[in-house]
Amino acid sequence: MKIALAGNPNTGKTSLFNELTGLRHKVGNYPGITVEKKEGVLKISEAFTAIIYDLPGTYSLHPTSVDEQIVFDVLLDEKNPDFPDVVLYIAEPENLKRNLFLFSQIKDLGLPVVLVINMIDKSRRKGIEINLDELSVQLGVPVLAVSTRQGNGIQELKNFISSYQPNAAGPLVDLKTRFTPRVADRISTAAPYTFYKNWLLVAFSGRLSHLPPEVCTRIRNTSNEVSDIQQLLQKEAIYRYQKINRILENAIKVDRLKGSDLRAKLDRVFIHPIFGYVIFILVMILIFQSIFSWASRPMDWIDQAFGHLSAYLGENLPKGKFTDLITEGIIPGIGGIVIFIPQIALLIFFISILEESGYMSRVVFLMDKIMRRYGMSGKSVLPLLSGTACAIPAVMATRTIENWRERLITIFVIPFTTCSARLPVYAILISLIIPRKYYFGFLNLQGLVMLGMYALGFLMAFVAANLLNKILKRSYNSIFVVELPEYQLPLPKNVFYSVWDKTKSFVLEAGKIILSISIILWFLASNGGNEFKNARETAFQLSSQPDNQYKTTNAVVLESAIKLEQSYLGRIGKSIEPLIAPLGYDWKIGIALLSSFAAREVFVGTLATIYSVADADDENANTIRTRLQQEVRPDGTPVFNLATGISLLLFYAFAMQCMSTLAIVQRETNSWRWPLIQLVSMSSFAYLVSLIAYQLLHT
Amino acid sequence: MKTVAHMEAGQTAVICENGIESIPLKLLELGCLPGITIKLVRKAPLNDPLYIEINGNHLLIRTETARLIPVNCLVD
Repeated sequence: MKIALAGNPNTGKTSLFNELTGLRHKVGNYPGITVEKKEGVLKISEAFTAIIYDLPGTYSLHPTSVDEQIVFDVLLDEKNPDFPDVVLYIAEPENLKRNLFLFSQIKDLGLPVVLVINMIDKSRRKGIEINLDELSVQLGVPVLAVSTRQGNGIQELKNFISSYQPNAAGPLVDLKTRFTPRVADRISTAAPYTFYKNWLLVAFSGRLSHLPPEVCTRIRNTSNEVSDIQQLLQKEAIYRYQKINRILENAIKVDRLKGSDLRAKLDRVFIHPIFGYVIFILVMILIFQSIFSWASRPMDWIDQAFGHLSAYLGENLPKGKFTDLITEGIIPGIGGIVIFIPQIALLIFFISILEESGYMSRVVFLMDKIMRRYGMSGKSVLPLLSGTACAIPAVMATRTIENWRERLITIFVIPFTTCSARLPVYAILISLIIPRKYYFGFLNLQGLVMLGMYALGFLMAFVAANLLNKILKRSYNSIFVVELPEYQLPLPKNVFYSVWDKTKSFVLEAGKIILSISIILWFLASNGGNEFKNARETAFQLSSQPDNQYKTTNAVVLESAIKLEQSYLGRIGKSIEPLIAPLGYDWKIGIALLSSFAAREVFVGTLATIYSVADADDENANTIRTRLQQEVRPDGTPVFNLATGISLLLFYAFAMQCMSTLAIVQRETNSWRWPLIQLVSMSSFAYLVSLIAYQLLHT
Repeated sequence: MKTVAHMEAGQTAVICENGIESIPLKLLELGCLPGITIKLVRKAPLNDPLYIEINGNHLLIRTETARLIPVNCLVD
């Protein structure tokens, strides 16, 4: 049996889905779009299992947004692989009236529906009394009450499902008698379905994708004949609410006086014109603290663990190409994926708490006005700021943005924010080209430039968002309506599943791409022609010559420098020199740029290897800096002068040179289109800006 | 014509019958219908978006949308 969970947002649909399927579920994407697709298995007994789809939460069947289009496509197309045998419609007591609107539409399609009233524990607190039997009689469907929070009614629901015989009754709202006979007749004969389904197809004939061509043509023709579709849709809304009001009059009693007013009290604090922003900033600081400093310790452990594992296997496995692939390619590659988990898990943990508690919608209230100008949502603030730690978790954090256009713009501009991998690159470049000068005794010039780089990142993010907002077409003209749900304590189970699902999808899906690219990069850097193979002898000869520039370096260090230079990666770096020379870079910088694709901070390490700095690691930045300062061009001027330095800083600020970000954007947008556009547009922009900067500055 | 955009925070009003012509379908579906009582709970800084309550539903709408909802008989 196939079951679809449908309902309005904020009815606890996902909690119920988690409750029914547990870990037997997977989260994917609907083809071609950024909407999450949740599918799970409900196993009630050995004899009975069902597949459950958690449809996106919507308020209506009318396809005016991506989410609504999915519900429309799934529920109106019998040939859709997800087309359900029964719809479990989830509602909640406080907004029952509004919940029943979509319910009545789905029922009128002719689908078997079961109404599940979730959060039933809330009704007493709110002074709401629901007569379930009366409601069931009036609606003509089975009605069950559950509370996922307290675990009440879940077992009864499972028992009910396992013995349920799908059974579709007549429509709840008989639209046919409400339309003029002429229109009603046209609609009835337009397609071979129930009246309401025919009507929906006629009203949204521009949004059909699944019908046989001859039916499609008939529907389009009818649609052209019915002139006042918009008015009829408005009338339909009114009829539906009239019917629902009549039903609820008998089935529900509300004593508002008994209701508590927690919402108003908390709103007074959380969306206060001053305190609201103060609290928001504090929340941000807490989250930053977590992804910058709390995550760093587990990240170090992961780093060390994978390092030890590589070293151990390298010593104990038989020497050879295959061992090298494992110890230098695959294990560091997997390490490069696992290392992101602490940041991702922490960020998703906090975001799902903010979302579950109802606070996130309040952030929209506070930030919408500012963000909408750039085509983004109030919910984009958190992902954008998280981008200063790392773009990967930040891109994942955009899942909370419902509108795909706002989400896409946010994803697109996140890589402009200054992520922590750029920090070591900026640090070394700034220390090379900016004098250590103080203003007023405490304002450090180098520090100011660093701050400027952060500001530049945010500035570019907003400029790019503004541009995208202008050029990206709107495929749906949806108006902005956001529900402000009740405040509530987040359910640990929901938070756990959210962290679990997202981390898993990162490791398994984006991880595949990251691993493949890192193995390719490793291969290119560790293989080469004859000069590569003879690197050891060349190094030995060079260092043993009595009077040469390498006499201070030892042969082993020199060997790795020669190897990198002669590797395929080095060759590519050399061959792009004509391309990057106008930017003020030589082939050594070219190699460092290419290897930065694994992660930007690799830039520093690669330069250290190329320039044969012994024992170079991040802590040894001084040695590297001294070495870079000595590096001269053929004409005797330093390589890292102001012009080249600024040009490199700008290139690193704007270029899309992080394969992991590309991989996660591919995963989140479910296509290669957006990451490729990002790669090409950001990198060519970076090239242009660096070119201009270098040409203006160098003398 | 008075609309929700003209209301002050804390005020309550009834949606006019002629609202059916201008109120976006999306809001009608959410129960924002003529004859219904609407409360403007709060305005965000810069007066946008607006926090409204209808039928016990709490929604955020933008001022541009609020201009499409005509109201009368302000009740205090």
